[in-house]
Amino acid sequence: MTTTDAAVPRVGSALPAPGSGVPLKPPKARWLRITGTVGPLGIAVAVLWLSIIVLLPLAALTVASFDDGLSGFWDAVTAPVALASLRVTIFVSLVVAVINVVMGTLIAWILVRDEFPGKRIVNALIDLPFALPTIVASIVLLSLYGPESPIDIQLNATQPGLIVALAFVTLPFVVRSVQPVLIEADREVEEAAASLGADNWTTFRTIVLPALAPSVLSGAGLAFARAIGEYGSVVLIGGNIPRKTQMAPQYIQQQIEIDRPVNAAAVSVALLLISFATLLVLRLVAERSLRKQEQAP
Amino acid sequence: MRRRSRYFATAVAVIGAVTLTACSGGSSDTVGGDTGSGDGTGGTINLFAYAVPKPGFGKIIPAFEATDAGKNVKIQDSYGASGDQSRKVKDGAEADVVNFSVEPDITRLVDAGLVDANWNADANKGIPFGSVVTIVVRQGNPKNIQTWDDLLKPGVEVVTPNPFSSGSAKWNLLAPYADKSEGGKNPQAGLDYLSQLVGNHVNVQPKSGREATETFLQGTGDVLLSYENEALFAERNGDPVEHVTPATTFKIENPVAVVKISKNLTKATAFKDFLFTKDGQKLWAEAGFRPVDPEVAKEFAADFPAPAKLWTIADLGGWKQVDNELFSKDTGSIAKIYDAATK
Repeated sequence: MTTTDAAVPRVGSALPAPGSGVPLKPPKARWLRITGTVGPLGIAVAVLWLSIIVLLPLAALTVASFDDGLSGFWDAVTAPVALASLRVTIFVSLVVAVINVVMGTLIAWILVRDEFPGKRIVNALIDLPFALPTIVASIVLLSLYGPESPIDIQLNATQPGLIVALAFVTLPFVVRSVQPVLIEADREVEEAAASLGADNWTTFRTIVLPALAPSVLSGAGLAFARAIGEYGSVVLIGGNIPRKTQMAPQYIQQQIEIDRPVNAAAVSVALLLISFATLLVLRLVAERSLRKQEQAP
Repeated sequence: MRRRSRYFATAVAVIGAVTLTACSGGSSDTVGGDTGSGDGTGGTINLFAYAVPKPGFGKIIPAFEATDAGKNVKIQDSYGASGDQSRKVKDGAEADVVNFSVEPDITRLVDAGLVDANWNADANKGIPFGSVVTIVVRQGNPKNIQTWDDLLKPGVEVVTPNPFSSGSAKWNLLAPYADKSEGGKNPQAGLDYLSQLVGNHVNVQPKSGREATETFLQGTGDVLLSYENEALFAERNGDPVEHVTPATTFKIENPVAVVKISKNLTKATAFKDFLFTKDGQKLWAEAGFRPVDPEVAKEFAADFPAPAKLWTIADLGGWKQVDNELFSKDTGSIAKIYDAATK
């Protein structure tokens, strides 16, 4: 818990220094003063909470994955079926992210720029995949694309089936990150471009897209990260066929069921690293675009 | 106002979607919940069973609660892959009665000091019901599967669960193994058959017999290896499948035991004993399980045709030997075949 102690002095420095010109009556109890911060106690609680909920389990997981030593970890991650499940997971999640970039931007565009009857209902529907338990999504998709498909399309136990399921649960990410940016976007610039003779495509490519790109990317990144860890929505429709449609989370579950906890932990750590990398890239991209915006006149 | 109507629309959409999906229903291996109506004043019995006998216990539990011994007893039942359930109980899940697919899953609890070493000392050796290994095929048997050799025909995909979690899987693999090795006399012939079967014809690894059935019913594979009772259950449900019991197959014996540290030992024992009564045996038979009581078995003989040759676990030297030689993790011959094929 050294982090807790390290965090304390910083709070002290956030308090207004004596004689800094802020007219304040001398308070009876310093900690009661409204400073806009939560004080050392608040920070300590937050750090403790984060440690218990996030850091400790992750540390335990990492330790568990090395129960059989470094070679055991490496063997577990590089077992052909484990590698195949990671490959399937990443491939399918990338495809889903790309689909989301196109469809999500399109949907956001329509919701912001076009008027049509029932628009509000459509807008509300976008959040449905967030609210719906993912296993429900899986059942819905199975009854639609399963062996008794009413429209005679069978996608169960295929990679397209996985992609459909994941596209369903990740639908809101790009839409909801692009929407506010589009609402804020300055339409006068687009009109100016049009009046100077630019066609729609040129305007979109040179004016709108650069403004939207960071939000599209962050939406896609979140969708990708979500797809990597998705379990409920693919558990029924995916078929869980090793080397073909078995996603890494399903592989992990299977290893637990057959009493191979080290394999499960090792692949979990691999998934964790991928998620970390995704988030890191997202941050870097976000920071870069922020800097660009600041540099712009 | 706008916000509110948006929330309203979301709510309507969610309710609509949930209602729609509630109709289609799903499958589950885990907690069975309240099958019976006991209010618990007579105590609660936690039943941990393997995945497949759920329809049987669905009949047994209300019948037990109707007896004097079972009055007001609440039975909390839970189903899952046999090995998985057994490990859960060993790791501290509170169980009073356990019913597993294979004996080693109970032996694990004996070793952990949870089940009395004499659990199988009674006349029925702790086995209230059983079944035989059978081959389930699609309606009309399009690939014309009749024998164990037919499973190795090119292009035949076989669904059978993973033997590291499922008891059903062990029985399924032992049936052709016993046939090919002539009851263990020629182990290599049996193992050769299994490496071909597992290496070339098995692609999925469901965790339990129940999940294997679900996978098969959802369209994966041409053949499902399963318990006869599971096949009967699916057929009676109207699922488009039929079963072919090969002339030579294997006798499945599913043991039951009382956990000796049970808080409700008398009731738990009464429940276990009820499974062996004439009434209990009839209910098992009606649910598609082969009863052990000779009289009840005679009564239902027409439902359970006797195969030409039925190998038993005793023919192979008993579970202890079979588990050691064939299924033991990393060293058993079948475990090695499975690991090589699925790694």
